[in-house]
Amino acid sequence: MSTGEHHEMIPIWFFIGCLIAFYGILIMGAGIYEIFNPPVKKVALWHLHAGIWWGAIMILFGLFYIIKFKPKK
Amino acid sequence: MNGFPLLAVANAPTLTLGAVDLLIIVTYFLVVIAIGVYLKKFTNTGEDFFLAGRKMTAWIAGISFISANLSSLETMGWSAMAYQYGMLGAHAYLIGAIPAILFLAVVMMPFYYICKTHSVPGYLKLRYGEGARSIAGVSFSFMTVMVSGASMFAMAKILNLLLGWDIHVSIWVSSITVAIYVALGGLLSAVFNEVLQFFLIWFGSLLIPILGIIHAGGWNKMMQTIQQNVKIIHPTVQNADFTSLWRNLGSFDANPMGIDWFGMVFGLGLAVSFGYWCTDFLQVQRVIVAKNLRAAQNGTIIGAVLKMCVPLIVTIPGLLGLAVLLNPDGSPMVLVPESDPRARITNHTFNDVLPLLMGQYLGPGLLGLGVTAMIAGFMSGMAGNVSAFATVWTYDVYKPLIKKDGNDEHYLHVGRWTSIIGVVISIAAAYILLWFSNILEFLQVLVFFFIVPLFGTVILGMLWKRATPAGGFWGFLTAIIFSIGMWVFVHSFPEGYRPQPKVQFDKGAVVSVERQNGNNGKITRVIVESGKVDIVNVPITNAVQVAAGKKTELTLTNEVVLPPSVVQKNSTVPVQILAPEVVDAQAKTNTAFGVENVPVVLKSGVNVVYSDIEMKFAPAAFNPQHAKYIARSEKAKPMAINMYSGFWSLVVCVVVTVVVSLFTKPKPEAELKNLVMGLTEIPDEGPCPWYENPKLWAAVVLAVLVLVNIIFW
Repeated sequence: MSTGEHHEMIPIWFFIGCLIAFYGILIMGAGIYEIFNPPVKKVALWHLHAGIWWGAIMILFGLFYIIKFKPKK
Repeated sequence: MNGFPLLAVANAPTLTLGAVDLLIIVTYFLVVIAIGVYLKKFTNTGEDFFLAGRKMTAWIAGISFISANLSSLETMGWSAMAYQYGMLGAHAYLIGAIPAILFLAVVMMPFYYICKTHSVPGYLKLRYGEGARSIAGVSFSFMTVMVSGASMFAMAKILNLLLGWDIHVSIWVSSITVAIYVALGGLLSAVFNEVLQFFLIWFGSLLIPILGIIHAGGWNKMMQTIQQNVKIIHPTVQNADFTSLWRNLGSFDANPMGIDWFGMVFGLGLAVSFGYWCTDFLQVQRVIVAKNLRAAQNGTIIGAVLKMCVPLIVTIPGLLGLAVLLNPDGSPMVLVPESDPRARITNHTFNDVLPLLMGQYLGPGLLGLGVTAMIAGFMSGMAGNVSAFATVWTYDVYKPLIKKDGNDEHYLHVGRWTSIIGVVISIAAAYILLWFSNILEFLQVLVFFFIVPLFGTVILGMLWKRATPAGGFWGFLTAIIFSIGMWVFVHSFPEGYRPQPKVQFDKGAVVSVERQNGNNGKITRVIVESGKVDIVNVPITNAVQVAAGKKTELTLTNEVVLPPSVVQKNSTVPVQILAPEVVDAQAKTNTAFGVENVPVVLKSGVNVVYSDIEMKFAPAAFNPQHAKYIARSEKAKPMAINMYSGFWSLVVCVVVTVVVSLFTKPKPEAELKNLVMGLTEIPDEGPCPWYENPKLWAAVVLAVLVLVNIIFW
């Protein structure tokens, strides 16, 4: 996005990258924790460990946006 | 059902969140407020606040355009539609959206963009004069805050049902957050959050269809299971084809919506879709703020591509609900409409299909992300409406009617305050809906019918220079009145409408249940030992005489037996028995059940509230005898009636506008410059590389649309 008159605006994509990467870390972390501490009541298809690979995809996506749209100093 | 117990829905919340899930939700709230605070320094002028400085790139405009429409009401609502109507639900994202979005991009966008209007009512002022603008401005302002309130109400209600959160806390926390970020950053803030929400919705929702299809055994297996299960889930349309887009539209009987191809193409594809996508200001505002005309056009086309992908996270989960949601005994889970008396007592509702799938597949963290996506969808829906309200109110009501000579700073100030007032009115609307929840149903339909006449008026204004101010005004007004008239007509019952007979036991009533073959068999009789019972439209003439339409309360002095069914208007209707929370007389434990068609014995001493209900006007019911005049079939379901009503409303708008215009004086051509086709010169934006050519991409998207329709024919 363009700029204001006196300030350079941080691109929205950077905020998105940060948030998605942070969420990815939490989700992957929760998925790994569950492998070592399996819950009593499991969700359907628990054995696929969706949290781990979905979290990893989110981290990669988030990092890509963070690096590509890092604010210039 | 015939005596078999229905699924008992526990009163406990459907989903349970853990610490990681809560952390994800709290982070979202903190981030959106931080973004609002950050963006305040970039909103220094009216143009910044109301139109985000007209600086958006095509990608941001396109994502925001589609995201403004991808609210949680939309995702949950259209998943419910797919559960109810099968594959036909996907039409809302194909013929019901794409042609209209492409038309907006290629044909209408140049006019909106060149006349530099702040809003669609603003265009009406330039083209037709103050009359048409005033109707549009006032009704649009009213609609936006009401829809915003509806969004807030729906969110609070859903969070309460799914997670057990307090309704008031949900309303206030979300509204204050929205008020902060919209008042600070205006449309820029709303757009930023819409883009953020877009990614959250995709990451929060896409896993459900992926896991669901794996669980169902692949696409083909899922379709086979659906056709088997609908015989149990939707017994009234059990012969309908739930798995096709067009193959089942040859007759009204062959599909679950009770519609034919004409209604789908001209009702949804023309009237409703073009009305919504080309003239709903909330949508159009998202793309007219792009940095130049080409970005506005390409942004709209990007929006069309993204729209075509939405069935992946909306329609497929709805279809999965028909295949993979099972009871503990392996039978298909039966969800019911919100209007069904069993809703949330013994059965989950259609609207629960997405949350139920979330609970079924999403573990810790993923569930928090799914719920965050839902909250983000509601909040950005609210923010979009509030920012549109601030723009339309400031430019189309306040500026022309209240203070014409203010400076830019003054209007910016008014815009900020209007955003806050918009949120306050939305909160009031949410509370009105809380007390009169049926209004939500009327409201959505009224919004639906308002935008179709608006499209008729705008498109005639753009394409036909002979359309006169009087023609535009009367065409618009007549079509709105006609729409409301049609709605009243299909809900009217001159011979009286009697809701299904029902017996509902109040909390704590002590009940004995007799069954065939022991504890798990079919229920054959219910005996109420003590407590309170609400009875609707079941005759108990031995005990009490009540006139039609009246209610009475009494304590029985002798035993009364209620029949398993009653005769209403020459047909036998089963009595519905609902026990959401009663005490089992033998086991002395709490229990819940729902059953039809069994006798009920009320012992002496039981308190009875008896009502005999007969209505001439029932907003929750459709009169098939009236519906057939609008939707051409008695079998038409609500959605089919809405589509045909949209079509007739467009026809009325066009006919009245044309006839009145032919008898009244048109505006001079000089005043129509840059407003009407043929009198508008499209500016040359310089050489355009092929990959930025809107017409080329519109043609590609159209070709993909045709291909998708053929594949899923």
